[in-house]
Amino acid sequence: MRAAAVTGARGVTLTERPFLTMVNVRVDPASETAGRIEKTLGARLPRECGHTTASGPHTAVWLGPDEWLVISRADGTAVTAELREALGTDPGSVVDVSANRTTLELRGPSARQVLEKGCPLDLHPRAFGPGRAVSTTVGPVGVLLRQIDDAPAYHLLPRSSFADHLGRWLIDAMSEFRSAEVS
Amino acid sequence: MLLITCPWCGPRNETEYHYGGQAHVPHPENPGELTDEQWAAYVFYRDNPKGPFAERWMHSIGCRRWFNVLRDTATHEVLTSYRLDEPRPGGNR
Repeated sequence: MRAAAVTGARGVTLTERPFLTMVNVRVDPASETAGRIEKTLGARLPRECGHTTASGPHTAVWLGPDEWLVISRADGTAVTAELREALGTDPGSVVDVSANRTTLELRGPSARQVLEKGCPLDLHPRAFGPGRAVSTTVGPVGVLLRQIDDAPAYHLLPRSSFADHLGRWLIDAMSEFRSAEVS
Repeated sequence: MLLITCPWCGPRNETEYHYGGQAHVPHPENPGELTDEQWAAYVFYRDNPKGPFAERWMHSIGCRRWFNVLRDTATHEVLTSYRLDEPRPGGNR
């Protein structure tokens, strides 16, 4: 699958955005090491579930109280090397996990409704919006779900071996939006 | 469906979690000195109260952290959840 689209007023498109750089960072947020990593990144590591911070090509996503995922458009080897240098020999880890997940972009007026068929979280704008990212499930698949903009557009990051199933699940969920809403 | 509040991620559906059995079961200080019977009691024997029960849960789909939940086994009401480094609210049973 490269892309799938449902057109019309209730349109929604699904596109794969493969090969983004992803680096898993684990460090004590209260340590000096965290400060050095934040300086290298150019952004503060978010301290709360659902929050992200961005700087240039990098976005830091909260995964746990001492764990983050840095998603980047920059070269994976270079980003990992820089962050590993900032970590030094202190307790923590910096691991290139770019091959762990792929990225599916769901975009269009019906994108939220498609996700709401299989995601237990509240995705309404009062609770979720651009710049937010959480680990959750969509259908039966665990994903990192990130809202990109108000279109609305979402990035879903499933583990690579589940991506095919999630893609098919989403295409099936999208198909009903081809026709007008039944009132 | 239980609605369990993760100390880090907030309220999420039960399907995001894994169950980890009874909480506050201390590992014996000198396992080598235990009799087989005492070791079996540590490994296999757990409380089965009707009412509030402290148990471990792991937020496997979210932040992947272990924490404790106080749940009423008769009503399935989740009374509270707390971090592993916090004592059981209201003391030990």
